[in-house]
Amino acid sequence: MKMKDLIIAAVSGLMIWQAPCEAQMLINGAGATFPYPLYSKWFDEYAKIDPSVRFNYQSIGSGGGQEQILSQTVDFGASDGPMSDENLAKAPGKLLHIPTVAGAVVVTYNLTGAPSLKLDGALLAEIFLGKVTRWNDAKIAALNPGIKLPRTDVIVVHRADGSGTSYIFTDFLSDVSKEWKKGVGRNTSVKWPTGLGAKGNEGVAGQVKQLPGAIGYVELAYAHQNKLPVAEIKNASGNFIRPSLESVTEALASAKVPEDFRFSMVNPPGAKAYPIAGATWLLVYQEQKNPAKGKKLVEFLNWAFSKGEAMAAALDYAPLPAELQARIAEEIKSIKY
Amino acid sequence: MPALHHYRRRKFVNALMQVVTCVCALLVVVPLCLVFYHVLKLGLGSVNWAFFTQLPKPVGEAGGGMANAIVGTFELLGLAALIGVPVGVLGGIYLSEYGSARLNWAIRFAADVLNGVPSIIWGMVVWALVVVPLKTFSALAGGIVLGMMMIPLIMRTTEEVLRLVPNGYREAALALGIPQWRTIVQIVVRTALKGIATGVLLAVARVSGETAPLLFTAFGNRYWNHHLSEPIAALPLQIFNYAISAYEDWIRQAWAGALVLLLFVAIINVSVRVLTRDKLARGG
Amino acid sequence: MNAVAEKLPLARARRFARGALADRLFKGLAWLMAVSVFVLILLIGYELAHGSNLALRKFGWHFLISSDWDPVNEQFGALPFIFGTLVSSLVALLIAVPLSIATAVFLTEIAPNWVRQILTTFIELLAAVPSVILGLWGIFVMVPWLRENLFPWLRQWLGFLPLFRGPIYGVSLLAGGIIIAVMILPIITSVSREILRSVPGLQREAAYALGATRWEVTRIAVLSYAKKGLFGAMILGLGRALGETMAVLMVIGNRPQIVASLFAPGATLATAVANEFTEATTDIYLNALFEIGLVLLGVTVLVNGLAQLLLKAVAGPANAQQ
Repeated sequence: MKMKDLIIAAVSGLMIWQAPCEAQMLINGAGATFPYPLYSKWFDEYAKIDPSVRFNYQSIGSGGGQEQILSQTVDFGASDGPMSDENLAKAPGKLLHIPTVAGAVVVTYNLTGAPSLKLDGALLAEIFLGKVTRWNDAKIAALNPGIKLPRTDVIVVHRADGSGTSYIFTDFLSDVSKEWKKGVGRNTSVKWPTGLGAKGNEGVAGQVKQLPGAIGYVELAYAHQNKLPVAEIKNASGNFIRPSLESVTEALASAKVPEDFRFSMVNPPGAKAYPIAGATWLLVYQEQKNPAKGKKLVEFLNWAFSKGEAMAAALDYAPLPAELQARIAEEIKSIKY
Repeated sequence: MPALHHYRRRKFVNALMQVVTCVCALLVVVPLCLVFYHVLKLGLGSVNWAFFTQLPKPVGEAGGGMANAIVGTFELLGLAALIGVPVGVLGGIYLSEYGSARLNWAIRFAADVLNGVPSIIWGMVVWALVVVPLKTFSALAGGIVLGMMMIPLIMRTTEEVLRLVPNGYREAALALGIPQWRTIVQIVVRTALKGIATGVLLAVARVSGETAPLLFTAFGNRYWNHHLSEPIAALPLQIFNYAISAYEDWIRQAWAGALVLLLFVAIINVSVRVLTRDKLARGG
Repeated sequence: MNAVAEKLPLARARRFARGALADRLFKGLAWLMAVSVFVLILLIGYELAHGSNLALRKFGWHFLISSDWDPVNEQFGALPFIFGTLVSSLVALLIAVPLSIATAVFLTEIAPNWVRQILTTFIELLAAVPSVILGLWGIFVMVPWLRENLFPWLRQWLGFLPLFRGPIYGVSLLAGGIIIAVMILPIITSVSREILRSVPGLQREAAYALGATRWEVTRIAVLSYAKKGLFGAMILGLGRALGETMAVLMVIGNRPQIVASLFAPGATLATAVANEFTEATTDIYLNALFEIGLVLLGVTVLVNGLAQLLLKAVAGPANAQQ
């Protein structure tokens, strides 16, 4: 008897508790960990502006974002690797790529003293191919005279999940190393020749922080927020550039953005441009199935491009240039709900 | 004399093995002690009022809490119990009171096999059954997967407990003309109620820590869950997400979450032991 | 029942009939709930088979022997995951089985009552610790300790074996095996204890009567008598080890590969699904993951089934298992 009463009480409790919260709408999104620090800030701020809607974003990686929006289990996806043509063809409706910001993929590492290292594309490719295995290798020392490098093993850390950050990084490596392009290629999920796998940008940052001698690639915000050192990478002009808001903005300036907004910006020509940078996109269906949610989504997007972009700089993401934002505003107008 | 020499050696081996087995027993206990110690040490400082009442903060900002994850876990457990308890208890009743020897053997075997199915496979199956048709991750899916996992557990414990009820009770009731179903419900089950409740509690404690199946059913939620068809946060999920990150604040909160979860599970298990010891002492 | 009803007054007859109906309904309901276990098993099997249809057709047996897991080129071979699962489970068994059986012996043959109570409580508590908490502890306490202490020691003294060569990351197949060992210790211990307890006292007494020491009694009369049951306990532990996901995921390094060194990172069938499920963008990718699930299910069901059969055969139907 007592058990039955308890159950009845619990169920009634659940039902009653559901009621007053009906008014608030929940919009679900999933995908890239790359822009997660910025998006979570955006959703937090937007909740103050429009308390009737909440955006629940789960950072499961760009691969996850693409899959979930394709199977329509979320209302919007996020990815820093543009969706391939075949995947776009599989989508049940026209899927729009809406670029939001650009960010830097930085190379971070765990060495005592956290020295500031200089690396170039060819060397990075060799490290991630497993050819350079010790920190005091001649090739690393050549680029970093004056820094005492230990004899320890280089422990490569890469993404175990499908990742847009991986896409941007492998895009760069494919650009600078023929061997990489042929052997591994560029994608959100590749067959890494060596190294440990970690989940999300958070996971890679976590592993690098934990493992002495580790080297990995993460989005700039993650390196900064976790006080991890970043390497200066040699760009196409031959200069060693530190990843920053300015160097990413430089890289963005020379990017050519086609009609469907899918573009790559690795290894750009600018003298001060950071070579390993990429844009990140929100994946939204042009025809929104749920009118109420569609309306709120469009309102949020408009807010993101008027007020949200201003918050990007504080987190070291480069806001998009004005002409590009104007084009995006047009694209947002095309969303029907 | 060879016999005496042998005897001394045998005595030595005897003493040695007693020491060895004692040491092994202590070694088995060591990981538990270490885990408790570290969870307490690293989590206690972070279990504060904010932790229990606040929602997670944006990425990189310190502070915030796991209020939604804690409530979410309870909500999921409630849903799971709604599914697991009726099916498990009634199934256990069937095993103990009805059925043929062969059918019951097969059912028990199947239940034991189900108990051994890895939790991640449950997650995949419920994803295909609930998440895909509904086109959303949801608290419902999370509750269903946990509930399904509870069914074989509760079924077996209920059966065992009901078996312990002396047959005399049943016979007396039937002799008085009470229909069989009422005999079972009002006399046998009532007598064994405490045992059934402890079985349910143990099953609840067991699924409360499950993370893998929730990865693709409950999905996680940065906010409060307001509807069964929405994703929901859960304590083990949140602990996992924070634990694999690099943010010190998240890791701190992961330890705090681990402490809360561990205490929840430990308290249930210890109280169950105390209750059943009482029962045994009183003779059933 | 009808004949009786005919002879009784109508009201009582009606009550009887209602009672009979209620009885049947209740029994039917209970039966329905009980056979739901069959439904669940069939459902699991069906969903996994259905979900892996494409991959089964495309790869066939090749899936189990190919080590090429390449989502980009849509080539899926599960051998590295099978390897990781087997190695980590084997390591776990090698560590856990001797410890558990020794502990079971201690608990049943040697320990005084109060010690037994305390120890059993501890062991049941260990069984209750959720996998994710062990994983958390694994990442921040166990793995750094292994990396700084145990692994270098192993490399130094046993480095002549290919098992203990190569760079030390901390996260590794060995770390995965150790954490699984911690998780299966309680189940092997408690089942072994049941087995040892069920050895008839007569066996022990006979040995004592012949002048055996306590250890010899244990060895000759108890352990060899209980061999089959203990083997069953071991297989049960293996079954549990095969399915462990979260804690393993957090300490194994997540690198699908087949290597000789235990210090190298690896991946298991369960961790593969956990890592890649939400992002399988192509149908064949998702099917391949479902096929991994099918393989895992098949293996765990076989192993658990074998264990249950062994244990039931030894201890008899009255000895209910976990």
